Amino acid sequence: MDLRFRDAEPSAEERAAVDALLGPPPTGWEGGPRTEEDLRFAAGGHAARDRRDLLLPALHAVNDRVGWISEGALDYVCRRLTVPPAEAYGVATFYSLFSLKPRPARVLHVCTDLACQARGAGAVRRTVEETLGPPGMSWQPSPCLGLCERAPAALALEAGDPPKTAVHGPLAPDLTEREEPPAEHAVPQAGQAGLVLLRRVGAVDPASLDDYRAQGGYAALRHAFRLGPAGVIREVLDSGLVGRGGAAFPTGRKWEAAARQPDHPHYLVCNADESEPGTFKDRVIMEGDPYALVEAMTIAAYATGCRTGYLYIRGEYPRAVRRMSHAVAVARSRGLLGDDILGRGFAFDIEIRRGAGAYICGEETAIFNSIEGYRGEPRSKPPFPVEKGLFGKPTVVNNVETLVNVPPILLGGAPAYAATGAGGSTGTKLFCVSGAVARPGVYEVPFGATLRELLDLAGGASGTLRAVLLGGAAGSFVRPDELDVPLTFEGTRAIGATLGSGVVLALDESVDLAGILLRIAEFFRDESCGQCVPCRVGTVRQEEALHRLNRRPAPIDAAADLALLREVGRAMRDASICGLGQTAWNAVESAVDRLGVFSSPSPSSSREASPS
Amino acid sequence: MSTVPLQPPRRLIEITVDGEEVRVPEGATVLDACAAAGKDVPTLCYGDTLTPKNACRVCVVEVEGSRTLAPACSRRAEPGMAVGTATERARHSRKVVLELLASSTDLSTTPRAAEWIAEYGARPERFGPDAASVAQPPKVDNDLYVRDYAKCILCYKCVDACGDQWQNTFAIAVAGRGFDATISTEHDAPLTDSACVYCGNCVEVCPTGALSFKTEFDMRAAGEWDESRQSRTTTICSYCGVGCNLTLHVQDNRIVKVGSPHDNPVTHGNLCIKGRFGYQHVQNVPRAEPTVLSSADLLDPAGPAWGPSSASSAGGAAPSDG
Ligand SMILES: Cc1cc2nc3c(=O)[nH]c(=O)nc-3n(C[C@H](O)[C@H](O)[C@H](O)COP(=O)(O)O)c2cc1C
Ligand code: SF4
Ligand code: SF4
Ligand code: SF4
Ligand code: FES
Ligand code: FES
Repeated sequence: MDLRFRDAEPSAEERAAVDALLGPPPTGWEGGPRTEEDLRFAAGGHAARDRRDLLLPALHAVNDRVGWISEGALDYVCRRLTVPPAEAYGVATFYSLFSLKPRPARVLHVCTDLACQARGAGAVRRTVEETLGPPGMSWQPSPCLGLCERAPAALALEAGDPPKTAVHGPLAPDLTEREEPPAEHAVPQAGQAGLVLLRRVGAVDPASLDDYRAQGGYAALRHAFRLGPAGVIREVLDSGLVGRGGAAFPTGRKWEAAARQPDHPHYLVCNADESEPGTFKDRVIMEGDPYALVEAMTIAAYATGCRTGYLYIRGEYPRAVRRMSHAVAVARSRGLLGDDILGRGFAFDIEIRRGAGAYICGEETAIFNSIEGYRGEPRSKPPFPVEKGLFGKPTVVNNVETLVNVPPILLGGAPAYAATGAGGSTGTKLFCVSGAVARPGVYEVPFGATLRELLDLAGGASGTLRAVLLGGAAGSFVRPDELDVPLTFEGTRAIGATLGSGVVLALDESVDLAGILLRIAEFFRDESCGQCVPCRVGTVRQEEALHRLNRRPAPIDAAADLALLREVGRAMRDASICGLGQTAWNAVESAVDRLGVFSSPSPSSSREASPS
Repeated sequence: MSTVPLQPPRRLIEITVDGEEVRVPEGATVLDACAAAGKDVPTLCYGDTLTPKNACRVCVVEVEGSRTLAPACSRRAEPGMAVGTATERARHSRKVVLELLASSTDLSTTPRAAEWIAEYGARPERFGPDAASVAQPPKVDNDLYVRDYAKCILCYKCVDACGDQWQNTFAIAVAGRGFDATISTEHDAPLTDSACVYCGNCVEVCPTGALSFKTEFDMRAAGEWDESRQSRTTTICSYCGVGCNLTLHVQDNRIVKVGSPHDNPVTHGNLCIKGRFGYQHVQNVPRAEPTVLSSADLLDPAGPAWGPSSASSAGGAAPSDG
């Protein structure tokens, strides 16, 4: 690799931001001042290239300090890490939180996504536009910020040293900042008996390891050491725990497969990218009970033979990043992470990585590319992560909620855990209830509770219920006459729906459903990585067709557009590389088929007349 | 020099393609098996000299027991696999993929595209006249080759050929995301400001004609390009001792394009700037403006006339890789 640079120089500030992360450049080859000595040796080779995984943190460093990434700054990052500038440009332009053009230091990211749209994001957007002007400079529309219980929400990011962030939820009409409520604000059940995953949220001081230990923390890790790695895996297998990130894969089987791999090292990746619109449960756990995740990751690493774990948190979660960073640092200083955990000779540490605005990086292989410093594009499977994952090594990827189930499993025993729930869906589940309900928030209920019971817990629908979106943008709509569906993987599947990541978005009659569908289509078009044709172009065609169908008066050839949606949707589902493209038509399909959206009352273009 | 390397014997595995049993060596792809069974499965992003990227999805086939369709070009054949190349499901996805591509991209110079569109009954026009496309003016920023990204299907082959799979120059990468993704140098700089060394290995693998020799581009624009009047002669490059095979495409007694056989063990289709573009000196014809690289350019220590004005940085576009 023979790097070629153009003549752009970094500013002193950009240089300082990068050096604060990477240390001063050791030689002229890595961007330092040129010396006599540099002329007599050449740096490079693997040693220089092996730090590619610092590319994303380095881009963050510049963007955090200056607000955007100039040519000089990008070149300097490339020199420091021996990355070809064209590739670094490809990476930087992949993420929506980075700008390659100058912009104000402070940018307001205004959520225009589903839950916020159901709670007046349209009006908010107009207010913001009146105050701050057209989008693109000091404000920009944003996909779901994971603050849906406080919709309509916004996030202000202000570059500087240190950078500042402010969460607005709900966004005040005059855009003034208010203090962010504590994490338990999102948990209406906080303090109630019977909670498992949420029991400490609001009760424990998230900054205090001692408090965490006083409330039962680290008892599970001690028990894990007694069980041994194989014993832990057996418990997790017997508990029936399946992944909560959306794919519902049995966690014990994943761990067993990874633990068996002869290739080393093994890696653990905790997926906290949480970007499915309407999802905010992982945020609440990380903000409200951060040590629980540190302990759970340690147990997972112990069981599967990992020395290093990466915690990948979406870039829009500043408080979760702060709390988790603090918890990891404290745990390390107290011997609960590091070379000799609890004096048992087990070595494990956690690195926190921040996403930069890309839903797709939550896909289990895209997250590897993102961490490694490449574009966050999914890889093709096989090989599966447990065989070849992060850095090409056997890797366990688990969702935050999945992992925090493990300590209670070990403490209560697998049989007790498996006794909760219904059928093959064992344990409790976190649901993110938002939209038209009296008390939106994260709710913990045993699998098998009905949708009606869940909505009642949340104070019931705040209007005449029109539909419930289950599972998020990749999920499907459920009708008001289907509220008795048991919330289990099997139960939702039986009615053609899915639990997905636990999104329960209630929509009342006041909401423009067609507008919600358009937003879903826009979301997938924006978030497609662009790698494969069915998704890259199919999501665009889906959005175009919905725009046509939305036109008033209704177009005469609605049937043709519905047929087109169906055909494109089927190809996206069948032929896309990853779950994003494969599910991009789910919600629209269910709205057409189950809710009868776009079936006009005139008999000529009724739902029956549309080809299927 | 007469030793023939012996491949270790490879186990044969049996799979069925459209109900017909075929045996392929272990490690073969489903595409290999389809070829062995005589099935013509369309491909676009697949390249015989590159690791499959399986991005275009035009080669999808139905594999029994699989939730989704599988890309034939990259899926390994497994014993007992039952593959359907012409099932309704596979044909449907192929048809839609062709419609999506043809409605967004200029496929006029993509070999066989028109044939497949007819075969699968694809109707790209169904998305209407306002369907978004990647139409844009061609990038003509050097005298050797043209980048006409209105024809680009984003197959990643040029990026892989320029990067770690062959050239190791990394002059181009995919930038942006989703439908806005493009093949780009850093900050979309002109090639002459980039790391490009004009090996043309990206041109060699481009399946759509988005990348083409400037000669071809100009002749097409003038309506003079006529492959039926072209001959191909494979010879050995005389510039250095490596001995690369060159395939000279000649129309009206003029070299109009240079390739290299993909099965050549020395080149695998790859060349350097001299073999690829340094052919003007053999043509005893008056030079047309703008000039193509000449031997005098190559011998000029100041570098070729089209090079960057400030050759200060390492790498540069100087022909240093011979
Ligand atoms: C487009 C896409 C986005 C995803 N985003 C997330 C995410 O943000 N968090 C998550 O845990 N899983 C996400 N997943 C699911 C992961 O691919 C993976 O299945 C999961 O992290 C595995 O962990 P689990 O078994 O504990 O659920 C996503 C999948 C796709 C296809
Ligand atoms: S389905 Fe979409 S997001 Fe997934 S790889 Fe293909 S283009 Fe990328
Ligand atoms: S000509 Fe060679 S160096 Fe230039 S972009 Fe193409 S492959 Fe890369
Ligand atoms: S320019 Fe050609 S080789 Fe490169 S991505 Fe586009 S179509 Fe493929
Ligand atoms: S924060 Fe707006 S939809 Fe989730
Ligand atoms: S040829 Fe197989 S996916 Fe493109």
